Amino acid sequence: MQLAVNITVLASIYALICCGYVLIYRVSRVLSLAHGELMMLGAYGLYATASLFSGHPLLAVAAAAGLALAVGAAVYAALMWRMTGESVLAAVLATIALGILLRGLMVLFFGTQTQYPLRDLGWTNASFDVGGGARISAVGAALVLGTALVYGSLFAFLRGTRWGLRMRAAGQNPLLAAQRGVRLHGIYALAWALATFTGGMAGMLLASDAGLEGTLVTIGLKAFPAALVGGLDSLLGALVGSLIVAGAEVLLIYYVDPLLSDVVPFVVLLAMLVLRPWGLFGSREELDRV
Amino acid sequence: MSLPRASGYFRTRYAQDTALLETRTQKAAALAFAAALAAYPFVAGPLALDLANQVLLGSIGAVALMLLTGYAGQISLGHAGLLAAGAFTGGILFKELGAPFWVTLPAAALVGAGLGIAFGLPSLRLRGLYLAVSTLALHFIVIHAGAEYETRRGFSTGIVIDPPRIGDWVLRDARAWYFVLLAFAVANLLFSLNLLRARTGRAWRAVHGREAVAEALGISVRRAKLAAFVVSSAITAVAGCLFAYYRGFVSVEAFSLYLTIQYVAMIIIGGMGSLLGAVLGTVFVTVFPYAIEAAMRLLGLADRLASVVFAVNYAAFGLVMILFLVLEPQGLVGIWRRVQDWFLLWPFKQRPLSK
Repeated sequence: MQLAVNITVLASIYALICCGYVLIYRVSRVLSLAHGELMMLGAYGLYATASLFSGHPLLAVAAAAGLALAVGAAVYAALMWRMTGESVLAAVLATIALGILLRGLMVLFFGTQTQYPLRDLGWTNASFDVGGGARISAVGAALVLGTALVYGSLFAFLRGTRWGLRMRAAGQNPLLAAQRGVRLHGIYALAWALATFTGGMAGMLLASDAGLEGTLVTIGLKAFPAALVGGLDSLLGALVGSLIVAGAEVLLIYYVDPLLSDVVPFVVLLAMLVLRPWGLFGSREELDRV
Repeated sequence: MSLPRASGYFRTRYAQDTALLETRTQKAAALAFAAALAAYPFVAGPLALDLANQVLLGSIGAVALMLLTGYAGQISLGHAGLLAAGAFTGGILFKELGAPFWVTLPAAALVGAGLGIAFGLPSLRLRGLYLAVSTLALHFIVIHAGAEYETRRGFSTGIVIDPPRIGDWVLRDARAWYFVLLAFAVANLLFSLNLLRARTGRAWRAVHGREAVAEALGISVRRAKLAAFVVSSAITAVAGCLFAYYRGFVSVEAFSLYLTIQYVAMIIIGGMGSLLGAVLGTVFVTVFPYAIEAAMRLLGLADRLASVVFAVNYAAFGLVMILFLVLEPQGLVGIWRRVQDWFLLWPFKQRPLSK
């Protein structure tokens, strides 16, 4: 039972991070390898607002969320729009370079100490009994709920609203979409903003759980295989892929060797690339377009 | 190869078409450069000598990556994994069997070639981004295997390797290392230049240009891709083994993803599709952190930022990489060619045809 809870929590972590990869890739065909750093930036945003609005934790969280949205749009406006039309490699490398830049700046501004934003907000991380002898921490529960909420609203947004429709159109065929009057730059910026927002949320929650330090970036990178297993352009795929990767990881750690945790996602990823490179739910012609 | 640079020089024989050095000026310049390289260790101080050794060592790996990415067009993010494989082959053979360098270096090349097939097999089905991701995954697996070895055998801090020796003579002096590394780097460069003007290299470029056309020209695309991965990985693994001997120490911490990024940055900053670019990029990336440190000392910030020097390096490195990607996608070679054009055409001005 505890295993099932662990898998669910880890899967929600991966899913929450993955939807950033998927959103950006689906809309602009760019793989953002700076996602781990953007996650961490979101967490530091919470740390900064927590001390700014001390005594008003809800206000601090809202401000941090707004900050993450703004950062995402700013990243697109400052850097990534120049990379439209460049080769795949150039765009990916630009995100890698951005990641290095952000990592350096974050250490410069916030230092290397481990921070605990949850404590700064004045909240504690209690753990609940969920039946069957299994326990889940408050942050873990928040992660599962938050992921469900994010995915629910993203599905609703993409299916039901005009902006969601435009986003899907831009992802399917940017040229046609642009000719029908969709402003691509706006759409791309929105995708980056949403991706940074969800990634930042994941970063804030993870930092609340285990403290805010450099290893957060590694988790961001480890979540990437989940996105690819499900198919890089499918949100549903990201959910399923996260479950698969998280399940494999937790079970292997439990039954085989805890040291395996860092490689399991990548082994799953390789297996997927050999069997079905476009992922479980991805669209097949993808490969030749890249 | 390239267009003749000097005016009044016309190719009249096929041999001239493939010659590495065409005009008398080029030959004289190459000779002068060789003399300068030979004199360098006797002029340079210890720091400058160590820097030169690092550049020579790095250039081997960077040229190998340039063959794969710049010429054959296969993106790889697993370069640090391959370097680690070479270094660990050397370290493990030394620790377990006490093998000398003339066993470990070829063994590293063999392991590299084998891993090249493993890294290259996905390239038969995958392209672009997906290929990069699969090499990234292999990187983590190689590193994990190295870490496993370290912990299982009780070398958790790393493996110490004795310097190579021939009879009584031990390769320890930095100046001796300089000439050994120079020999390796030059041999690697000449080998790569030769490979590129031969059938293999031309096949790689064709595959890079468009696979379907290459196939129609009678090139076996699969074989060309695999050959690119095997050659590049074998060279890289040898570079990794040399690195292990040079440092006298192997540890997985040295082969993080950041090392891969540094190598990719070398070929990006140097300029894609040019061996000269790979070398220039290596010089830039290797000297860069020292330049940053010197600049910090000059500005009087060194004391205040002493504890976060690596962060300043990270930030500056990321910024420079972004600037090159956005402003000068041709890299240092692009700048070099523009300077050359300017002098060749002086006093006339020439606008480059392609922006």
